[in-house]
Amino acid sequence: MIAHLPILQVIIPLMAAPICLMLKRTQLVWLFSLLTSGLAFAVSVLLLQQVMTSGLISYELGGWQAPWGIEYRIDKLNAFLLLIISGISTIVLFAAQTSIEKEIPKDKHIYFYVLYLLSLTGMLGIVATGDAFNVFVFLEISSLSAYALIAMGKNKQALWASYQYLIMGTIGATFILIGIGLMYQMTGTLNMYDLSQRLPEVAQSRTVFAAFAFVIVGVCLKLALFPLHLWLPNAYAYAPSIVTAFFAATATKVAIYLLIRFTFSVFGLSFSFTTIPLQTLFMALGLIGIFVASFAAIFQSNIKHLFAYSSIAQIGYMIVGFSISSVTGLTATLLHLFNHALMKSAIFLALAAVVFRVGNVQLNSLRGLGRQMPLTMAAIVLGGLSLIGVPLTVGFVSKWYLLIALVEQGWWPVAGLILLGSMLAVAYVWRIVEVAYFKEPVGPPIKEAPMSFLVPIWALVIANIYFGIDTRISVQVAEAAAQSLFGVSL
Amino acid sequence: MWMIELPPFIPFFIGAIILLLTRGILRSAVMLAIPIVSAMHLWMIPEGIHLQFIFLDYQLTPYRVDKLSIMFGYVFHIAALIGIIYSLHLRDTMQQVSAMLYAGSALGAVFAGDLLTLFIFWELLAFTSVFLIWARRTQRSYDAGMRYLIIQVLSGVILLVGTLFYVSENNTLEFGYIGLDSVAGWLILIAFGIKCAFPIAHNWLTDAYPEATVTGTVFLSAFTTKVAVYALARAYPGAEILVYIGAAMTCFPIFFAVIENDLRRVLAYSLINQVGFMVVGIGIGTALAINGAVSHAFNDVIFKGLLFMSMGAVLHMTGRINGSDLGGLYKTMPKTTILCIVGAASISAFPLFSGFVSKSMVMSAALEEGFDWIWLMLLFASAGVFHHAGIKIPYFAFFAHDSGIRASDPPNNMLLAMAIAAALCIAIGIYPQALYSLLPYNTGYNPYDATHVLAQTQLLFFSALAFVWLNIKGLYPPELRSTNLDFDWIYRRAVPSALQQMFSVIWQADRALRESIKLRLKIYLSYFAGKNDRLSVLLSRNYPSGSMAMWVAVVLATYLLLSFIQ
Repeated sequence: MIAHLPILQVIIPLMAAPICLMLKRTQLVWLFSLLTSGLAFAVSVLLLQQVMTSGLISYELGGWQAPWGIEYRIDKLNAFLLLIISGISTIVLFAAQTSIEKEIPKDKHIYFYVLYLLSLTGMLGIVATGDAFNVFVFLEISSLSAYALIAMGKNKQALWASYQYLIMGTIGATFILIGIGLMYQMTGTLNMYDLSQRLPEVAQSRTVFAAFAFVIVGVCLKLALFPLHLWLPNAYAYAPSIVTAFFAATATKVAIYLLIRFTFSVFGLSFSFTTIPLQTLFMALGLIGIFVASFAAIFQSNIKHLFAYSSIAQIGYMIVGFSISSVTGLTATLLHLFNHALMKSAIFLALAAVVFRVGNVQLNSLRGLGRQMPLTMAAIVLGGLSLIGVPLTVGFVSKWYLLIALVEQGWWPVAGLILLGSMLAVAYVWRIVEVAYFKEPVGPPIKEAPMSFLVPIWALVIANIYFGIDTRISVQVAEAAAQSLFGVSL
Repeated sequence: MWMIELPPFIPFFIGAIILLLTRGILRSAVMLAIPIVSAMHLWMIPEGIHLQFIFLDYQLTPYRVDKLSIMFGYVFHIAALIGIIYSLHLRDTMQQVSAMLYAGSALGAVFAGDLLTLFIFWELLAFTSVFLIWARRTQRSYDAGMRYLIIQVLSGVILLVGTLFYVSENNTLEFGYIGLDSVAGWLILIAFGIKCAFPIAHNWLTDAYPEATVTGTVFLSAFTTKVAVYALARAYPGAEILVYIGAAMTCFPIFFAVIENDLRRVLAYSLINQVGFMVVGIGIGTALAINGAVSHAFNDVIFKGLLFMSMGAVLHMTGRINGSDLGGLYKTMPKTTILCIVGAASISAFPLFSGFVSKSMVMSAALEEGFDWIWLMLLFASAGVFHHAGIKIPYFAFFAHDSGIRASDPPNNMLLAMAIAAALCIAIGIYPQALYSLLPYNTGYNPYDATHVLAQTQLLFFSALAFVWLNIKGLYPPELRSTNLDFDWIYRRAVPSALQQMFSVIWQADRALRESIKLRLKIYLSYFAGKNDRLSVLLSRNYPSGSMAMWVAVVLATYLLLSFIQ
């Protein structure tokens, strides 16, 4: 059983998805999905534990030997990611049943869970697999189910946003596929580890350059790096709230994982950062992304749009950390990956609760909500503080590491810009605080969100604070993952 | 012993939570109990480091007790207790809770043994205190509070940047002597300086304090600037630049204070002036000077609190605070008048009042170290203080022309708070050894020798004479309703209007440009439309997905180009 953990991680939700169709009763399906996701989470905890103690796990699918058969390769980096994805998915699912009752027509509830589980499968698969083509397959599984999930939003714009995401997502996936194809042409292998061994021999060929460019652009599209972010705000804003909470915390993280995996493990540090001026390019795009998206966030009137733009800005921070290409910088990125998942899932779940009670998340509808839904709004404010990077929240920990990493390189101006970017976050979070706490409520009285929302929301908020104070676990894992990546590639 | 070694901010923070859950008498009892219990706790604590843990590879020390920090610890407890008694009549949860958190944050900052903890409490000071300003619930106070908050947070951010520099140079977060020989030192000095109301950076104080509530100002005057003084004393003793900055701080507010009409704003200016004395002391840096700075901070918290309380009482009872509206109140507010005069005598450093025993230390130290010109400036400043805080405040509020207001003395709790402060002022003035025994250094200083007493008394009498003479001749600046321009005019008026003009020029140019482009486009479009209908449809329709795809192409092309060029 223990030996088969890597495949169980992916196969459990994959098998559970069709079973959902047979269960018929919505409540039952919800419980079953929750159970499945919980199981996946348990598996990921075991995997992480195993990786931290005994190192890399290589699992050969169907007993076929590695370069020919498909290999699942779990190291510290993807074990960490698996934990984030399955953990957030489980917590979000707690609130799912209550939330979709008001947002999705009753006859589609079961399909929602099926798609949700498929999407989860896709993300877990992308992270777990050690085979480049397998990455593409799982990418398509997660993306196709994501398009359908987003299209379930109750506004008619949801369809349009989903369509746009479909176009962009397909372009991204195609680019990745082209890149993988070019690599295959040059090396004759699809196994990532094998690729990393063979690529250096042919590293100076134009085909490999092109492969690299295609993969990177495709991945950047998926992770919504400025200026390829245009699809994200609408997709997040018009999707059902639960879907937003799930994707905001996980989908872009998976893309960042792919970016790290391809640049550090497959192409190798020396190729990625010396042959091509990736560092300057990513640093510039990351910084511009932080500022453009934060400014855009300040002027949004739909809170989901606001936090979607803020997500793009936060991705900018991760990219800046990535572009430093030092152990500390990568640690900062990985920490922020984890921390941002905690913040954004807390915030978007709280917004789901607001949608449940108020019906929309226009800034104007939030007037005086601080008194009517005190616990929900407090969660948004605490999540917002974490976004800003206030001490005692997780946001501070990752920003601190990012700043330290920049200081190590002597890039003071960039460190200054990062701090300035945080001030912009103050501005957009403050707009919500001002409306919710300093304006008189309008319309009929509104009740606090039900327990099925409050419990997961506050579990996440408390995690936000807990991991901001006790940083041992998150920092240790992120640091170990970053070190192992540098160890492999150097 | 029965107690665990809790940092003093914890009882205050816990107290704030209890306040949220209680009402009425119970809440009052809790509020009174917290500073008393916490002070007793602090009294028992020996010196040393009491709490330490590792955070992100650094040693954090949230609780460090030594001679310097405990001095501020005591006075903050006293100030908190007095402030709480003074505000017992309030029924305002927001003010009471934030005052409690604010006092706790000040204590947290003073006992912080590392820069990160200091930074956290530094920002908390700003965020908790701003509610004392907003609690007045007027648009004016909201705006003033916002400006206050922005400047305070800015100070915190600069402190964080300085801390980062400091860590990267020294690889430790310990908060001790920093000095000015590095970039980190200067950044941290700027951060401290903003909170300490250095010249040019002082306007948040005179802007916000008079806009706070009656009770809020009492708390505000006690903590923020004194935390900054403490931090300076810890990190920059003997930095000569502080002597000149401090001397400037003692002198320039006098001119503003003399022409200011809002009596609480007069006190705000005089607060800067008093902080100036402390900054000079820290800058001189000898044992005597540091003692002087610290003990003056101790006394200032009490007598400045007393003055703010008496003016608060006037505002509370009459609803007015402008010198031009007040006068003749001594008839109906005799107790407040007497207490206010005690505060005025203390701040003016009359012998036998608390100001005298500490201010003279700084001045003696200046002479000893050969800062003759500085000594003269301080002398001028002392005369000025007496003038605006010692005479002007009581004179215009309680005497001068009879304004016809017949307000009675304030509620008993307010009187009690003022009486405690006044008693402390006199007690320290008569028996300074009690205060001296708490000081960081033992210098065997005695303020009551003939030269000091004579010089100070002469100064005071001539200053009083000048006021009387000017007043009789009608030369004294009259109390007028007016707005006095200070440095904040630069950022509240000049810069915005300049920006506005600049932007309006830009917008105009931009509009003209776009108009012309649109015109051109229209001409071309109509030309093409005539040629081909389908083309015009193409151009006028919106293709967001297409534009996204275009960006993808652009980025891909860039990557390829970059990789092929190299």
